[in-house]
Amino acid sequence: MKDKLNSIKDSALQDIKNAKDLKQLNEIKVKFLGKKGELTKVLRNMGKLPKEERPIMGKLANEVREAIENEVTKIEEKLKDELQKAKLESEKIDISMPGKNVPLGHRHPLIQVKEELENVFQNMGFDIVEGPEIETVDNNFDALNAPENHPSRDMSDTFYITNKILLRTQTSPVQVRVMKQVKPPIKIVSAGRCFRFDDVDDTHSPMFHQLECLVVDEGITLANLKHTINVFVKELFGEDIKTRFRPHYFPFTEPSAEVDVSCLECKGKGCKACNGTGWSMEILGCGMVHPKVLENCGIDSEVYSGFAFGLGIDRLTMAKYEIDNIRLLFENDMRFIKQF
Amino acid sequence: MLVPVNWLKKYVDIDINTKELADELTMSGSHVDSIEETNKGVDKVVVGKILEINDHPNADKLVITKVDVGEEELKIVTGATNINKGDYVPIALVGAKLPDGMKIKKSKLRGESSFGMMCSLDELGISSDLIPKEFKDGILILDKEYELGKDIKDILELDEKVIDFEITPNRPDCLSIIGMARETAATLNKELKIPEVKINNQVEDIKDYVNGIEVLDNDLCKRYYSKVVKNIEVKPSPLWMQQRLIKAGVRPINNIVDVTNYVMLELGQPLHAFDLDKLKDKKIEIRRAKEDEEITTLDGVKRDIDDSMLIIADAEKPIAIAGVMGGENSEVSKETKTILIESANFDGRSVRLTSRKVGLRTEASSKFEKNLDPNLSEIACKRVCQLLEDINAGEVIKGEIDVYDKPLNEKSLNLRPERVNKLLSTDLTKQQMIDILNRLEFKAEKVDKNIKVIVPTFRQDIKLEADIIEEIGRIYGFSKIEPKPFKGTLTKGEKSRQRKIEDLVKSKLTGFGLNEIMTYSFISPKAYDRINLPEYSMKRKYVELLNPLGEDYSVMRTTLIPNMLDALARNYKYGVNKAWAYEIGNIFTPKNVPVKSLPYENKNLCIGMYGEVDFYYIKGILNTILESLGVYNVEYMPEKHHNTFHPGRTASVVKNNNVLATIGEIHPDVLKNYGIKERVYALELDLEITSILTNLKNKYKELPKYPAINRDMAIVLDEEILVKEIEKIIKETGGELIEDITLFDVYKGEQIPEGKKSVAYSVTYRSYERTLKDEEVSKIHKEIVELIKDKLQATLRS
Repeated sequence: MKDKLNSIKDSALQDIKNAKDLKQLNEIKVKFLGKKGELTKVLRNMGKLPKEERPIMGKLANEVREAIENEVTKIEEKLKDELQKAKLESEKIDISMPGKNVPLGHRHPLIQVKEELENVFQNMGFDIVEGPEIETVDNNFDALNAPENHPSRDMSDTFYITNKILLRTQTSPVQVRVMKQVKPPIKIVSAGRCFRFDDVDDTHSPMFHQLECLVVDEGITLANLKHTINVFVKELFGEDIKTRFRPHYFPFTEPSAEVDVSCLECKGKGCKACNGTGWSMEILGCGMVHPKVLENCGIDSEVYSGFAFGLGIDRLTMAKYEIDNIRLLFENDMRFIKQF
Repeated sequence: MLVPVNWLKKYVDIDINTKELADELTMSGSHVDSIEETNKGVDKVVVGKILEINDHPNADKLVITKVDVGEEELKIVTGATNINKGDYVPIALVGAKLPDGMKIKKSKLRGESSFGMMCSLDELGISSDLIPKEFKDGILILDKEYELGKDIKDILELDEKVIDFEITPNRPDCLSIIGMARETAATLNKELKIPEVKINNQVEDIKDYVNGIEVLDNDLCKRYYSKVVKNIEVKPSPLWMQQRLIKAGVRPINNIVDVTNYVMLELGQPLHAFDLDKLKDKKIEIRRAKEDEEITTLDGVKRDIDDSMLIIADAEKPIAIAGVMGGENSEVSKETKTILIESANFDGRSVRLTSRKVGLRTEASSKFEKNLDPNLSEIACKRVCQLLEDINAGEVIKGEIDVYDKPLNEKSLNLRPERVNKLLSTDLTKQQMIDILNRLEFKAEKVDKNIKVIVPTFRQDIKLEADIIEEIGRIYGFSKIEPKPFKGTLTKGEKSRQRKIEDLVKSKLTGFGLNEIMTYSFISPKAYDRINLPEYSMKRKYVELLNPLGEDYSVMRTTLIPNMLDALARNYKYGVNKAWAYEIGNIFTPKNVPVKSLPYENKNLCIGMYGEVDFYYIKGILNTILESLGVYNVEYMPEKHHNTFHPGRTASVVKNNNVLATIGEIHPDVLKNYGIKERVYALELDLEITSILTNLKNKYKELPKYPAINRDMAIVLDEEILVKEIEKIIKETGGELIEDITLFDVYKGEQIPEGKKSVAYSVTYRSYERTLKDEEVSKIHKEIVELIKDKLQATLRS
């Protein structure tokens, strides 16, 4: 019997090793260990053995079963592994084929720049406010101290709806609206559409965009204006950018200045882009709010002072993305917008 | 404003180079646009004297000359026709270079050797529109016997640079060499050397020459100052004067005109010379033009004038448009013997409007329109007389006629030094302030704690204390002011709720694959026709511009749809096969027509899409947007009468009786108008009503603990019945137990009777309080189905 058990063990292990797939392996398992399997058959004859041999044979039979079962498990795992490998191999794809078209929208570049600027100011503590595109002559010119005779008031410069109502030519009327409504301290920024009597061509558009900034409080000085602009410019263009304040003229500020930033190409060393001056073109106009403007808005200019500055978003956008034709901003060609 | 630097140096000592000068002046407020070289590339051109002119043996149009250039005599063959023996001319020697790139070599012309070339002003690099008539087509004949062989660069001062300044409109006083000299002197802290105006010899009396000058409209003419010069000899002005004019951008004409132009450039006062003998009765009137009057101006153009314009007239006719241009009928000519020099002060606004109306903008008008100092008239007129005398152009008559009713006096302003330091954040002493003001020719003196400032009349821009503070600030230097943060509490800026909502909507739309566009706020009124709006439509009540750029930009939009369709049409035309776009912008609704007050401005969202889209896709976008704003359960009502849209594929979107949006497919007729051959879907959403309904507060809702039970139903009903009717019954009947209703099939066709449709729903039931029992759900579901069958005449599909 002992021989018989050993021979079952040997031939089973041999068969298991040769099993080609899981099905065959299962058949082998049944053949040896199943209810009618060879090992079971042998064990049925156990009763015929002498009493003293039974435990020995029993033990041996268990060892044989265990050996067979272990081998089955081992080979089963091996076969499963192979199967998995084969499956994965068969599922191979061409990863160089294009990805699925997942649509993602694109933001208009000018509006993006506008919102970036607004965010910079919001983080600096400025409230974002908006004003109407259609304004009164009073808010757009008179309250801002624009001279009665100023050519910008002409119908060849400004779009009128009536002699008292116009399309705003600047975002500055928002200043007037805020100052008339809110008591200082005031710290606002306002951006939006403005209009001027310019025919559409490669460099002109009758609609353009400005951003305007206003601070009014007790004891506001020119030094505060310089500081604020410096912080803003560095935020926008980087730490290594310098500014210079050139005296200039605006009816609604006194003193007034234009601000140049060091050339973005050469950082101020002087290059072709800046005509060797080291300075790029003026990016914004600024000044201390004219006392008459404060008074026009019901703010005591003896108690309060303020500063304001404004900049053109269109030109900044064009400079930022090197857009050479302003029409592109208003044509809304998807192939253009998708680049941003 | 072109300023030749050598001219500037006559009035102020400048010991820095031109680049440094330009930087200094830029930083004190006179922005330099550019620095121009006057030498455009002239080298080895010298003064020569023509000794002989002989015929060329082989050519009729050429001559052979002998020219003395100092160290040698040269044989030069030339085709020039305006030269005479004894003339002094510029000679380009062999080896010379000229601005157009030409290099002079020894050459042979029709068999005769030539050793150099005589030069015209054009060849010396002078812009052709600045070259005086007499030298237009010939060699430059020098006006004096200059040293032979002398470099022409020295004579024409070609090493001089010219600075082009951008002068702000408040500073007409800077539109002159003397004005810029004053700025230079103040900036560099140097002395300003004003030329002494002195006429050496004056004869007779002006009263014997002029029978009176009358200013009839003194509201438009503040001053009229004039003098007379006789024995005029009209000829070219001296070369030095011509060169100054040319460098400042003015073409030399003759000595009389050149002197008036020279003084205009020098002092900023426009002047005019009349031929006195051509004036009827030798009388002058300054008055508004009469209807029917006309005048032919110096440029030979006959111009209509009207009673809004100020003119200069003699006893019978207009002889000049005041401050704009003189008339041909009183022009100085070769025959002129006596001139009257006008140095007047005209009202800026009047000159500006007149110049615009007649379509003529001149050096004079552009100066007058900025309002000049009337006290300039006298000195400028005398300066003209002085120069005419200096260049032997005539004899000055004694006396003047000066009509100046209300002389402009110097203004006095009070300056508080502590106010200066407070606003500029400086620490200047009173004396420092006074010094700066003195540099600008303001008189200033301490009076108690303050400074009394006397403002010169040429600074009419200075009206308030703040203006003086600016003067001190800019001359002291903005760059010296140390930036300082302002005091105040640290706050984060606020954004309006409306803006937050817009930002949110934009971020979602970007996620959905829509591109943001931007279009003009004004459109063509024809756009309303193109989108087939009926005549009675409220959207045709629009705000109109008084002075549009053209019909295309003439009315304010009352809907964003036309611009969207324009943009889509453009993309379609360009062959873009899929365009998904949106715009957020204002529409404008008048409160009254004609407009009397500011119109309503309302923010709308417009979406327009073609390519890979249908009604349910764009509806899905709108629903998701609204749900992200907390606006649930909006109702879609069929909209059959909006002519812009497809009558069977359009809906009004309603919530609490407010129409939020119109959504649908664009009507094929409209698409035809835009040339689009694809189905286009669009919606226009009122963002302001939406923002009222918006609820951004969001609270966590407990996740369900109990299982859900699904029941499907397939029903057949009339195809005209909207599925929302079914959903309404399900919701009303199932109440809180309905968690979700999903429409998963709509079918028409085989096995379904004509005029009917089959719709299949999956209904999810769930309670948040307990596990629902099967029988319980079955009962409700059966009830729902029965109600649907009953109310909607539906049958169950087996």
